[in-house]
Amino acid sequence: MISLSEIDTTCKRATKAIGFSWGVAEEIGKNMRLLEMFGIPGVNNLLEYFNIYKENNFKKTSLITEKNFSESKPFCPIVSGLNFLDQINSLNNFKEINFKNFAYPIIFLPFASRASEIIGKRIFINMDEKKFILNFNQTIFTNSINDFKIVICNNLSINFLDNKNTFSEKKWNDLYELSKKTFVDETDNLKKNTAGAGLTDND
Amino acid sequence: MQIELRDPNIIMKLSRLGSFHQSKISFLRSFLEEFKNWEFNRDLFDLDENGYGEAVYSLKKNKRIYSLICFANALSDDERSDRVIATKWDAAFVLHDGIPTKKDISRLKINVPKQEVGRVSYKELTLSRANKSLRVFNHVVESLTNGKQPNNKILSDVGYLYRTTAVYGSGKFGLADRFRLKNRNEINGPFRLEMMLVYLIRQFTFDQVNHIAKCKNPQKSIQLADKVSRSLGIGNSTGLGMAPFIVNHPTLLNNWILAREKSLKKIREIKIVDHNDKELFIRCLNNSFKNVTTWQTDSDFQRKKISQLIKDLTKLNQYLKNKFDFNKNYPFNDLYLWIEKNLSEECIEYTVSMMMEPYSKIINPHIKEMSSDEEKYFNIPTDRTISDLRNILETKYNEIIKIDFSEKENNQNFWFISKNKEEPRIANRYKEEGHELEQPLAIARDIKKLYIKISNEKNSLTIGNFLINNNDLRHVVRRAFIIEKFPYAEIQDNIIGSNLVPIDMLRLKLSFFGAMKFDPRSDKWLRITMFQGAPLAKELNNLDEHWMYN
Repeated sequence: MISLSEIDTTCKRATKAIGFSWGVAEEIGKNMRLLEMFGIPGVNNLLEYFNIYKENNFKKTSLITEKNFSESKPFCPIVSGLNFLDQINSLNNFKEINFKNFAYPIIFLPFASRASEIIGKRIFINMDEKKFILNFNQTIFTNSINDFKIVICNNLSINFLDNKNTFSEKKWNDLYELSKKTFVDETDNLKKNTAGAGLTDND
Repeated sequence: MQIELRDPNIIMKLSRLGSFHQSKISFLRSFLEEFKNWEFNRDLFDLDENGYGEAVYSLKKNKRIYSLICFANALSDDERSDRVIATKWDAAFVLHDGIPTKKDISRLKINVPKQEVGRVSYKELTLSRANKSLRVFNHVVESLTNGKQPNNKILSDVGYLYRTTAVYGSGKFGLADRFRLKNRNEINGPFRLEMMLVYLIRQFTFDQVNHIAKCKNPQKSIQLADKVSRSLGIGNSTGLGMAPFIVNHPTLLNNWILAREKSLKKIREIKIVDHNDKELFIRCLNNSFKNVTTWQTDSDFQRKKISQLIKDLTKLNQYLKNKFDFNKNYPFNDLYLWIEKNLSEECIEYTVSMMMEPYSKIINPHIKEMSSDEEKYFNIPTDRTISDLRNILETKYNEIIKIDFSEKENNQNFWFISKNKEEPRIANRYKEEGHELEQPLAIARDIKKLYIKISNEKNSLTIGNFLINNNDLRHVVRRAFIIEKFPYAEIQDNIIGSNLVPIDMLRLKLSFFGAMKFDPRSDKWLRITMFQGAPLAKELNNLDEHWMYN
């Protein structure tokens, strides 16, 4: 078995070899390590992308906006991912970000996963019909367990999910009531002698 | 009294870092301290009359077991080489997590002797190989065979029976990644598994000579005396492979140096030094003298340093005897100020190491801070501004940004990875080919490039927007924001300049390993000894923490 450390180093070097800078290569090394740790085939996707990288022209977007369309050239997942990560603090204000015509979007996933941790919000990504929820760079949920080969994604949408509870207030209150059964009823004596603080607010 | 931490602009210069010595915070010493209560066993010892075969040693505590598996092979003299380009060795070793099964040993027997071209699994932790010091090995076997202990002079000239030529860990060649082990307290210190492997190899070398001697002459042969065994360590040949490590792991480097600096600061802040602590300091200093006077090297560079060190130690000794008063307040601070003023860098750092000896209570908490969660600092804070970045460069790299890289001598060398062995190398960019494949280790030059680049940018521009068109400098932008938080993370020198002495970088790392008797064989590789004088595995439970100075 190849270790994650070997994946990191080799992906970094391969990224440099294909023409990206060392700084970008460092990002890809860490990202592929992350994907493989989550059980998503980063190495396969990266190699396939690099195999066609030089013969094809990819759109290297700079500023990401709400709608990013490129008819002729598919978006490069590395440059798009870098800019998404670097601009995340402003992109976070958009309700939804869309890309049309996006190459090897699996390579984009770890950038978004890391961005989720930076802004403290879950991110939902829809790649045509394959859906991913990125949970603060801790886990990735998906409805697509086996099929991670996407050469071109026609519609890639990104939503920042509001931080909200998965349960109702009532359910929470019910649970809280149950938790109170671990508390001790206070007698007057206990109130006086066990708090630690003074007996009046002005002490 | 509040003492400031020492200035990184002085401490992080290579000439100073290359003068560091082992100390109480060194990894081999903290390894022994951590494992002193573990149970040592020799679980398998299946060698033929020539000492070839397999052996297994283990350290055990509660349910945790670490096992060293040794494979010793025949090797002809012309095949023996310490260079990393070698493909065969006298012995190969792997540290296995738990008790190896017969199946594990069979798998490892095929792969471990091949080292870099073999594959191991996540059940293996560290990997190494070693060659005999033929002169010493043969002499020891012959002496023991004839019922005599070996000649001290021959042993002390070399100091070991075997020397390792590489020790690998952290996921190399399929070894376990660090994250698999991160919740184990006993190995929560840098290079602890590497230290364990080397320490157990040392025991194998003693058992092997005893075994061969006994096979040769069952009636007359004797065993190597414990005292003699203790005086032997494990040698190590180290080349440039280690140098980039300290550049590529800035937060780790910071934590190593910071542990040392915080310890020194607290020792200098001791108002009244206890009599026993003073005595221990003096005893260690005096006893350590023999480590310096028995330090053998053919290197003129190192010989001059040793000779200066001996002169300085004599001066220090006289000063302590005749002029210094330990009864005054803050004596270690006064002493430190005196050595800074009067002694060479080699002796300053030597004395700093000695000052740490009496103070386990100060030092031990800092040993626990010497690892680093590097991933935590990887993301670039892209919401920060050019103004912030400029400020970091001007304060943390103020000498670096004055270097003129258009001068050939400042841009002379390039670091690269050799195709043959996938190991780091350094070459002259004006004489050799390949500089277009330079590794990102020219930090000083690239920081200067970044500084020039941002000079025309608006102060309010965010780093995120700056990077849109400047990803070629991404690696140093990331680095600058790491260095901002870690004062000792950066070498304050140009490591591609013509003045570079690469072994300064190696010595820095090896001093933290706990190596002694640095023996430069050129400006690019050196030999050292580890665990010389250390208690034997069977004595581990009665560890004397000052064993270096016995």
